[in-house]
Amino acid sequence: MNSMPWLTILTLVPLIGGIIIVGLGVEQRRLARGLALTFSLVGLAGALCLWKLFDAASGDLQFVERHEWVKSLGIQYFLGVDGLGLLMVILTAIVVPLSIFASWRIDDRAHIYNALALWLQAGLFGTFTALNFFHWFLFWELVLIPAFFLIKLWGGPKRGPAATQFFIYTMVGSVALLLSFLAIRLATGSFDFIELAAMAKSGVLAGKLGAAFGWKNIGLIVFFGAFLGFAVKVPVVPFHTWLPAAYTEAPSPVTMLLTGVMSKMGVYGFLRILLPIFPEQMRLMLTPLIWLAILTIVLSACAAFAQRDLKRILAYSSINHLGYCLLALFAMTGAASGVNLPELQKAAALNGVLLQMFNHGLTASALFLFVSLIEKRSGGLRGLDDFGGLRKVIPVFTGLMGIALFSSLGLPGLNGFVGEFLIFKGVFPLVPWAAALSTIGLLVTAIFLLTLIQHVFSGPLNARWSKMPDLTLSERLLVLPAITLMFVLGIWPQFVLGMVDATAVKMVQQLNF
Amino acid sequence: MNYFQIIQLAVPETIVVITVLAVLAVDMIALRGQPIEQRFSAGALMSIVGCLLAALVTMARHESYNLMDGMLVVDPQTDFLKVVLLILTVFTVLISVSGKFTEHVGEYLSLVLLATIGLMFLVSSENILMIFISLELASLSLYILTAFNKRNARSSEAALKYFLFGGMSAAFLLFGLSLIYGLSGSTNLSEIAAGLAGKGLDPLLLVAMVATVIGFGFKVAAVPFHLWAPDAYEGAPTPSAAFIASGSKVASFFILAKIMTFGFAGAEGSAVWHGYMAGWTPVIAVVAALSMVLGNLTAIVQTSVKRLLAYSAIAHAGYMLLGVLANSPASLSGLLFYVITYALTVIGAFGVVSVVEAATGGDAIKNFAGLSRRAPLMSLCLLIFLLSLGGIPPLAGFIGKFFLFSAVVGADADHLGLLWLVILAIAMSAVSFYYYLQVLKQAYVLDPEAGAPDIKVPPATLFALVLLAGLVILLGCAPGLLTEYL
Amino acid sequence: MLAWTIYISFTGVLLLMLLPRESARAARIIALLTAIAGCAAAFVGAVQQSNPGEVTTIVRVPWIPAIGASYYLAADGISLVLVVLTGLAAVTGILFSWNIEKRTKEFFAFYLALIGGVYGVFLSFDVLLLFVFYELTIIPKYFLIARWGSTRKEYGAMKLALYSFVGSHLVLIGLIAAWVVARAQTGHATLDLQELAKVSFPLGFQHWVFPLVFIGFGILAGLWPFHTWAPTGHVAAPTAGSMLLAGVVMKLGAYGCLRVAMVLFPEGVRMWQSEIALLAVIGIIYGAGVALVQKDFKFVIGYSSVSHMGFVLLGLATLNSIGLSGAVLQMFSHGIIAGLLFAVVGRMVYDRTHTRDFNDLQTMQLGKLLPFAGVTFVLAGVASMGLPGFSGFVAELQVLMGAWSVFPKTTIMAGVGIVVGVAYILRALQQAFYSDAAVPAKSGHDHPLEPISMPERIGAVILLGATLVIGLFPGLLMNWIQPCLNSPVSMFARLLHGGSQ
Repeated sequence: MNSMPWLTILTLVPLIGGIIIVGLGVEQRRLARGLALTFSLVGLAGALCLWKLFDAASGDLQFVERHEWVKSLGIQYFLGVDGLGLLMVILTAIVVPLSIFASWRIDDRAHIYNALALWLQAGLFGTFTALNFFHWFLFWELVLIPAFFLIKLWGGPKRGPAATQFFIYTMVGSVALLLSFLAIRLATGSFDFIELAAMAKSGVLAGKLGAAFGWKNIGLIVFFGAFLGFAVKVPVVPFHTWLPAAYTEAPSPVTMLLTGVMSKMGVYGFLRILLPIFPEQMRLMLTPLIWLAILTIVLSACAAFAQRDLKRILAYSSINHLGYCLLALFAMTGAASGVNLPELQKAAALNGVLLQMFNHGLTASALFLFVSLIEKRSGGLRGLDDFGGLRKVIPVFTGLMGIALFSSLGLPGLNGFVGEFLIFKGVFPLVPWAAALSTIGLLVTAIFLLTLIQHVFSGPLNARWSKMPDLTLSERLLVLPAITLMFVLGIWPQFVLGMVDATAVKMVQQLNF
Repeated sequence: MNYFQIIQLAVPETIVVITVLAVLAVDMIALRGQPIEQRFSAGALMSIVGCLLAALVTMARHESYNLMDGMLVVDPQTDFLKVVLLILTVFTVLISVSGKFTEHVGEYLSLVLLATIGLMFLVSSENILMIFISLELASLSLYILTAFNKRNARSSEAALKYFLFGGMSAAFLLFGLSLIYGLSGSTNLSEIAAGLAGKGLDPLLLVAMVATVIGFGFKVAAVPFHLWAPDAYEGAPTPSAAFIASGSKVASFFILAKIMTFGFAGAEGSAVWHGYMAGWTPVIAVVAALSMVLGNLTAIVQTSVKRLLAYSAIAHAGYMLLGVLANSPASLSGLLFYVITYALTVIGAFGVVSVVEAATGGDAIKNFAGLSRRAPLMSLCLLIFLLSLGGIPPLAGFIGKFFLFSAVVGADADHLGLLWLVILAIAMSAVSFYYYLQVLKQAYVLDPEAGAPDIKVPPATLFALVLLAGLVILLGCAPGLLTEYL
Repeated sequence: MLAWTIYISFTGVLLLMLLPRESARAARIIALLTAIAGCAAAFVGAVQQSNPGEVTTIVRVPWIPAIGASYYLAADGISLVLVVLTGLAAVTGILFSWNIEKRTKEFFAFYLALIGGVYGVFLSFDVLLLFVFYELTIIPKYFLIARWGSTRKEYGAMKLALYSFVGSHLVLIGLIAAWVVARAQTGHATLDLQELAKVSFPLGFQHWVFPLVFIGFGILAGLWPFHTWAPTGHVAAPTAGSMLLAGVVMKLGAYGCLRVAMVLFPEGVRMWQSEIALLAVIGIIYGAGVALVQKDFKFVIGYSSVSHMGFVLLGLATLNSIGLSGAVLQMFSHGIIAGLLFAVVGRMVYDRTHTRDFNDLQTMQLGKLLPFAGVTFVLAGVASMGLPGFSGFVAELQVLMGAWSVFPKTTIMAGVGIVVGVAYILRALQQAFYSDAAVPAKSGHDHPLEPISMPERIGAVILLGATLVIGLFPGLLMNWIQPCLNSPVSMFARLLHGGSQ
């Protein structure tokens, strides 16, 4: 364990970068973009260094930093990463430079745009590494502001309402989350996630809550509050209505960030906070929760099928993919110790979740990147019916985007498959009926993705685009890393699994009493 | 008893009498034909010297003497009150120096001084006959002072109203006092108390008390005996109004308190909430409550500042009556503090009004527009006076109210029975803030009319105003200076 | 040292009054120097306090021995917090009033008189002295609004003055009654706050005196439903006036509630605890809800003040250490944030655009024309929402924690209030600065808006800095507040730990 505060430095790099960039003038666009890219690449380098130094064999927290902050309120500056945290950090570090590169053409107030993107990254780093509620919540909320402005100032025609809806929905969830945690702190005297998880495991938490409040069902109510906070972020149907508008109206590079990383905040919250601290309540509410997951998977897929706007299709598809993560999560908790299964299988489901988070982050950002490239060529059009037969004119593009689409579909050999496979493999023995119902989602996903390919790339060539230029060299270089990773992770998932496996096992152990 | 003794004890009054004669003589003989300003200045100078001399003499002596059954009582308290009265007279003279309302300067000043003499005798008597005589001496002078502006019909009308009301209430007072004599067999207050003790609440005694209250109620302008006040204050030349509002109030309240607390000592009854007992306290409580409410509420709708001050005077009389009815040493000294500081404040307020009247031709509230630009120093004094009347700390008016109210509540500490009156007083006091603020709004917030010139304040008046304002602030911050004499 | 804050302010008033009539520049500079000196005195004095848990006497001389009043200035941790707030508010208020041209010296004279009075209230430990300073502040407030204000200024000023006056008179009644009863019980008259706190007033007496005094102070604190003076008054006031009014003067009321009403009548508080919490929460939600539908930018902020003060009052109602600590911190935090918000609305926007109607502002694209104002409003707005990292979050955190253990259902309602708070800020932000409405071809403002001046920038930075610093390092203030509340011999002991001897 090093004594250097790596994680703090990692978070500070984009923060300072943003401050420097925002001080530039409106004219210095190229400098702004260049600096932003540099800072984000430094962040990537930092994340990769952390990976190198990370001890993958242990599931414990590493790079821990811990200082007293406001003693009387139990607030500590407590950072640390285990496999899950590191995974998310690396995902963020990969997606942000891609997004910045994709926004190379944004001219209007480029310095503010890039600064906001970097601050978003800082917020994300902070969220994924914080382990005390106070400053975790600080970063959780802080992420909202750059996101709001990124949508509001550079978005599409209906950006105002979209941004507002996004902000308010998330805030409602956050307030509920805050109230729940205040109640917990009151009862237990702690804001520390690790401590609270330990209390929950030993069964002390419920007792303390009950004692502090005298209500029998207070545990459930507190659980709902926290659940709401995360459910809005993932999102879970029916708290998802903010998402299609926000994703669609945001400029595509921003959508990359939204879908690539910010949506993972919700699942991360489930894994890091909700599950360890409220296992009892989750078990209690298991069936409704699983139904919610199924609904999320199926309904979003069907909704995607009905859309005509490329971004909206992908937005709903996003919801769908994360639904699988939730399904696995809920299924896992439901597996009481009564079910006789080797831990390895439960860990398998969890590994699937983690892998799916990473893969979806990668794939979805890549997809939105491609959409932004199409938009650039089509002058902003992105309807399903606007195109046709593009593979004749831009074959490279078709090929690469096709890879990404198939990955999203879950074709074996590409990264999307492994995650989904592990999830289903894990869920099936635990809650078979849910797994069965969820395959409908898989089916519908396949249908709408293939439909998309058919409408946009196959079929007769739309004469309008007969002169559409193919990917330039820089663009190919841009998408190459993502595509490569899709193959690599499809064939050799151990690449990532090695990092998270120990953590997954440890988390499963957390849940067994 | 010999007459020499009387003269000795009445040295201050004698000095003032000599001053009266001197002023008259000088004005009639030596200064005939001179311009008014000169005559006024000379006469004022003499009056002021005379009053200050009398005050010094009073302050220098420290005896206590009760002459002839209370006809002339000299003790530190009455001496102090005489000094106060003389000082109030000095201030009144100062603000009237530049007055243009009359050519009869000598007569004017002598009447002021004569009224003062009457008041001085009033405070030092404990004999109901002497009380009546002094009261009449003072009142008659005040009636004439009210009529002094021959050029203004309203002045005569005011004086006539004042006189008629006054005469009637004097009759009531005499009637009541004579009944008291009949019931108790003496004209001296302490003997009266002894005589009435044990008699219980004779119906005749009740009539006597009510008649006495009517008589004094008129003098202090309490409801429902107040109808003369607004017209009198508005119609009289402003310095006269100032004097009516200040000096006569001080003396009247002192004597009222004395009569009630000494003379009717056994017959107080009780005005405590849920504890009514017949006596003079409930009577005064009703009068006080009516005064506070009517005075404040009617003042809100006034457009003339003098009338506003008149109704405010009625309201303040209501507060002061609380001090009388609480019937404890603390409430008496609270009352005195309040009435003295009130007198100082109100002279100042009227002083400002007289200057504005002269400069703008009227005393309507809107004539005060932009005063802070036109006469900044005087405007500041006005601010202090009105805020003190409203009861804003750290001015004397606030401390006075605090003393008075806490003494009134403290009079029945176990049951807080008189709290209802204090609540009413405080509530009405809050209301009063509104109309004082209206005048101040004109002065400080609104702009003067276009082209309105700066107002030149006559030096004597300005000197008096600044001194008064300073006293108001000083007594507000360090009330101990005054309370040690009460 | 702390007493110098008062004296310096009043000296400033005198200096300003002596200036010749049309000397605006000199007036500004003198006023600013006075305010800075006062602020410095506040900071130095606060840092010098070695033990914020105790009441440290600054000066104590008998004033009116007959009634037991003394000129007694002292400070404990809570006083320090509020004195520092006043210092900051004073300086920044002057910076934001740098452009006043009409009768400048009188403006600043009234301003400094108000500041002096406020310092006095926070440092008085004699009840009469506290009351004197409290009432003293009413007059400058009236004139500041009536003369230099904007919308319906005379009506707003009169309403504010009368409400304040009525409130303080309610307090006076209670004080006199309490003084009399205390004298009867202990045998000697006293107006010393700490001594009065030790008196056990009869329960029946407390039952009616406490609400009287609490409501009397509460009127100034914006207690619902006595808050109606606040939106009108804040909108009518000139920028610096609103900053002071919402930022500091409303805190006078809350301070009075805590320091006088609650400390003197601890059993009385317990009797009325739930009612106060209910009124507080209604204030939170009502204020936020009404703010959401306003068409005038300044009214939004005016109502938001009512809503935020609701949090203070809720914290006071919790009667536990953490809730009270949150209430005091919220007093500080809201003082800063309200100052910022009014500065943006009044000085940065209204003084340039001469309109506060959202319909007009929407067409002006202020986010592009006045970027500094936009960013300042964003930061102030998120601070107002209670976003972590800013002082409001820590304060609301503590209030909610305190309230959870006593009024769980009410706490949830307060959470609703927070969400509505988010909504109205967002709406104001969108409509005023970043709206998507089309710019009309010929706008009423063909001339460019003047850029944000240096005094405004400095003022904004000071306030933003303050809220950020306390948001990230709340311990700075909590080290003053908490020893004060937790000390077993403090005047709050009976309040917090219940039961009378």
